Amino acid sequence: MRALFELYWIFLKVGLFTFGGGYTMLPILQKEIVEKRKWLATEQLIDFYSLSQCSPGVIAVNVSTYIGYNRKKYLGGIFCALGVITPSIIIITIIATVLTNFLHIEAVNHAFAGIRAAVAALVIVTIIDMYKKSIVDWVCIILYIGSFVISVFTSISPVFIVLVSAVVGLLLGTRMSERKKRDK
Amino acid sequence: MIYLELFWEFFKTGLFSIGGGLATIPFLYDIGERYDWLDTSIIPDMIAISESTPGPIGINMATYTGYMAAGMLGSLIASLSVILPSVIIVILLSKLLVSYSQDKRVLNAMYGLRPASLGLITAAAFALLKVSVFTFETFVETRNILDIIDIKALILFVCLLVARIFYRRIHPIIFIVFAGIVGIIFKF
Repeated sequence: MRALFELYWIFLKVGLFTFGGGYTMLPILQKEIVEKRKWLATEQLIDFYSLSQCSPGVIAVNVSTYIGYNRKKYLGGIFCALGVITPSIIIITIIATVLTNFLHIEAVNHAFAGIRAAVAALVIVTIIDMYKKSIVDWVCIILYIGSFVISVFTSISPVFIVLVSAVVGLLLGTRMSERKKRDK
Repeated sequence: MIYLELFWEFFKTGLFSIGGGLATIPFLYDIGERYDWLDTSIIPDMIAISESTPGPIGINMATYTGYMAAGMLGSLIASLSVILPSVIIVILLSKLLVSYSQDKRVLNAMYGLRPASLGLITAAAFALLKVSVFTFETFVETRNILDIIDIKALILFVCLLVARIFYRRIHPIIFIVFAGIVGIIFKF
């Protein structure tokens, strides 16, 4: 039971400091789950994130549930999902009831302009970490650049990008890993 | 029965919106057209609030809509129903993943998924830079060359980037809180 509440508490913190979409929680997950508690390797975090992008629903909740299940099965998944949504429920309710002029508070806008710059820096450092672990050969480089360019310059759904790259992996994965063995 | 309607509509939204919080927006408009408890004219404000409050955007939107429709209980029901399909599906997929984790096909699919997924994250970070540091859109409006870059944001961004690379032990949360305070003090 204590382990479940620990999961709930960690993901409550994660939810509280996620500003934007699910990817903005990656630096905090990297710190809490990979570096501090060593529950997952960086590669596994990327894997859960990839799966979350093609699972239905909000990405942040999907990632949390994957990590929760990995720790403590069903209940772990449920507690993590509940943890990550708790701050939203409380804060949005407060804004809707007492802070109805929230968007016009000047300090809030200034704070968020600062926070956005910080989140960009944090996410970029996380990307550098993950790049070292997941881009292992030229096929990966092509997939990486391809998905970046398609995502920035077209309106093709990320789900489609992710599915195509999984197929590429299925077709070329074995060949590339054998080649790496041979080179060694 | 408004609570049942909220449950059903947000359950569907959670089930069919794939690829992040913003994918829920078309569902919200659709709900607004079919029920009178959601006024579609507030949706743009709702998106703005969801983007500038803690918490994942998708959840914030569900909570906000639920509250506007039926108060506190409404916000609880909407946010729980939007995550219900995710939780069920992810748990089922996790079970599968555990039994096939050493399967060659799963490993190969993951080999392809990782770089693509990282590419998408990079694209998201790029989009974030475009609204915070490199304000091209303001430049297009004003045609003032100084508006291409938000100098204050750029300085903060570079300092935090360097700090994060060299001081790995500092918790990311501290960076976020610090940046928020700097934003208020220096009127970003």
